[in-house]
Amino acid sequence: MQATDNHPHIRRAETGKLMTGAEMLLECLTREGVECFFGYPGGVTIPFYDALYSHHIRHVLVRHEENAVFAAQGWARATGKVGVCCATSGPGATNLLTGLVDALMDSIPLVAITGQVHSKLIGSDAFQEADTFGITRPATKHNFMVKSVAELPQIMHEAFFLAASGRPGPVLVDIPKDVFQARGHYTPVDTIHLPGYKIFTEGHAGQIRRAAQLVLEAERPMVYAGGGIVLGNASAELTEFTELADAPAVCTLMGLGALSAQHPNYISMPGMHGSYAANMAMTECDLLIALGTRFDDRVTGSLSTFARNARVIHVDIDPAEVGKNRNPDIPIVGDVKRVLGKMIKIIHELKAEMKPEALEQKTEVRKKWWKQVRSWKEERPYDRGHSETEIRPQHLMDSIDKLSGGQAIVCSDVGQHQMWAAQLIGFNEPRLWINSGGLGSMGFGVPSAMGAQMARPDKLVFAICGDGGFQMSIPELATIVSQSLPVKIIVMNNGVLGMVRQWQTLFYNNRLSSVVLEAFPDAEKLASAYGFAGKTIEKPWELEAALREAINYPGPYLLNVKVTPDENVYPMVPAGGAIFDMVFAPEAPVAVPA
Amino acid sequence: MLQTISILLENKPGAMMRVTGVLAARGYNIETLTVAKTLDPDLSRMTITVDVEDRLRTQVIKQMNKLVNVLQASDLTDTPAVIREMILVRVRCPQETRTSVLKEAEVFHSRIVYSSVEGFAIEATGDPEKLDEFIDVMRTYGEIEVSRSGSVGMSLETRKLRLQPPVQAAIPSGPVPAI
Repeated sequence: MQATDNHPHIRRAETGKLMTGAEMLLECLTREGVECFFGYPGGVTIPFYDALYSHHIRHVLVRHEENAVFAAQGWARATGKVGVCCATSGPGATNLLTGLVDALMDSIPLVAITGQVHSKLIGSDAFQEADTFGITRPATKHNFMVKSVAELPQIMHEAFFLAASGRPGPVLVDIPKDVFQARGHYTPVDTIHLPGYKIFTEGHAGQIRRAAQLVLEAERPMVYAGGGIVLGNASAELTEFTELADAPAVCTLMGLGALSAQHPNYISMPGMHGSYAANMAMTECDLLIALGTRFDDRVTGSLSTFARNARVIHVDIDPAEVGKNRNPDIPIVGDVKRVLGKMIKIIHELKAEMKPEALEQKTEVRKKWWKQVRSWKEERPYDRGHSETEIRPQHLMDSIDKLSGGQAIVCSDVGQHQMWAAQLIGFNEPRLWINSGGLGSMGFGVPSAMGAQMARPDKLVFAICGDGGFQMSIPELATIVSQSLPVKIIVMNNGVLGMVRQWQTLFYNNRLSSVVLEAFPDAEKLASAYGFAGKTIEKPWELEAALREAINYPGPYLLNVKVTPDENVYPMVPAGGAIFDMVFAPEAPVAVPA
Repeated sequence: MLQTISILLENKPGAMMRVTGVLAARGYNIETLTVAKTLDPDLSRMTITVDVEDRLRTQVIKQMNKLVNVLQASDLTDTPAVIREMILVRVRCPQETRTSVLKEAEVFHSRIVYSSVEGFAIEATGDPEKLDEFIDVMRTYGEIEVSRSGSVGMSLETRKLRLQPPVQAAIPSGPVPAI
């Protein structure tokens, strides 16, 4: 019998198959259903990669560890399964950081495996040593340092359980070299006991009933759906609920596709770059039904004026999110799928009890609300305007929208193009829109598209980047080629860091400090250097044919689209302002000095 | 105003750092912190006093409760609780004041744990504010050195401890390929 440091209460009998730690890790990954993971080997992980050499699990060798996390995220976001990535000790582990925080902010299920120096060397400033356990503590949902091979299986299964359950998130397991090499007995883990890990899934029955009542009573209800719907696979419930509640709905940046863009109740994205209709409806509603969302500052703007006339129902699986930014009238801590399921049932019951005339009266009141919302929609729709001489960014996104038909996976980088894509490209299902929402990590687009394409070989996958973010991801072109991934990379090239430029223009007196990106490489030559096709276009009449060519090309494609350099994203709510105080595009675009 | 937080957590490497990290990440300075294992050696009880902004108090406790290693974090500030601290005071005193120092020590129900010609080492326990007074009194007798334990708290309410029961590990059915 042997006790372990992390699990003193677990005494594992020394039965089961004798194997090395590296083999044990692979056994755990297999049992967790991992088909593929992304990584970069190094000194201390050689024993693991050696075991992997003769194993069926597919390993994708990326060109930078940061992209291993982003690719694993792309995989996780496209499938809902736990994404896995691996890096060596020291610099390998520190390179994972951005992606881990990114996954933490967007609640993406991820298991990151890092090598660590030999146990005996820990704390001695050994070659490639870093305090990974300490550094990644605030960057993960939870992290582990494995002290002996005996505790490895338990920790690995706990890591997967933690990553995927409750509010999902990244979990890191740090494994010293000698643990990979040590031999131990592997016995399958059948139970996971984490007494302090509290998951609340059911929701308070009384609160759910009260919420259902409010939904029926409301005159101007509004559904505010977030990434939690996508993570919780609750799209069907959301759709049914929205129809039953006869309420308009917005999906946040993280929730795009949770309700189909084609659905008649769908308005658009709300918030800083949300539509006029979405923000006005959020402001004027009398009941805000927030589902799997966290009242992010980019959605609410000034909290004191946000949904100022509304009572709020807030459903979230994380108790720390409920009441964090807005005190709800009805807080419900639970899994949004289950809570919505229950609420739908109660609404049906309550409706059945209502008198026909009362129901009819309700419908009349709602008709007025719907009329108002529709008129906002018509009053100021998103700008999709084309120009005859230049390709406007809006034209580009509009064309991608039409060609995709709400079916393609779109992995976006971070910046202006991300906002235009979120505004103008429709998604008929969840898990088609993949972007770095909370952290806003540039360099996310290309590697996440890699992961998404690996997970969904059947799908058309776009990586939409700005010329800034794309240049952070160029090394991964080699991975895309070596893995034969037919990702369509669309660079919206305006020659500047557009979003920073937009703020400088609007709030910093147009002093364009360090935003002009000169010397963008020739896309055709760059792509051909990696062995695939690329093209640069700049005239509006070339756009559709070029996009079709990219889509039909049998392999990856790099399309560099030179767009109007001085376009800004509108509407815009200045940071901290009230969301009904939107800034709209000026008549003539603000000129940008060359 | 200082807030007293009592935390029941797993006795594991790094667990304490996770809890203090919740405070440090928000820029709060920990005034006192005590931690030791409980009757169950797998668990520790930790008491923290810290000055957290009013509007963030609930959020900080919720964030602590969210930690996987934390079984329960609760705010003792406005609930029935006993909060005690221990201090050790070394006071240098000449022959003529020794008797009065001893008397003062007695008034505060403290104990002399060391005595020499130079003075005493005194152990006192009690309410932290009471101990502040004791320190002030001892100061009047000359140069002193103080070591404080930090607050140790215990709730006087019976709180239901909600623990997550063991769950079945999600191991896919069907044959697992042999290595």
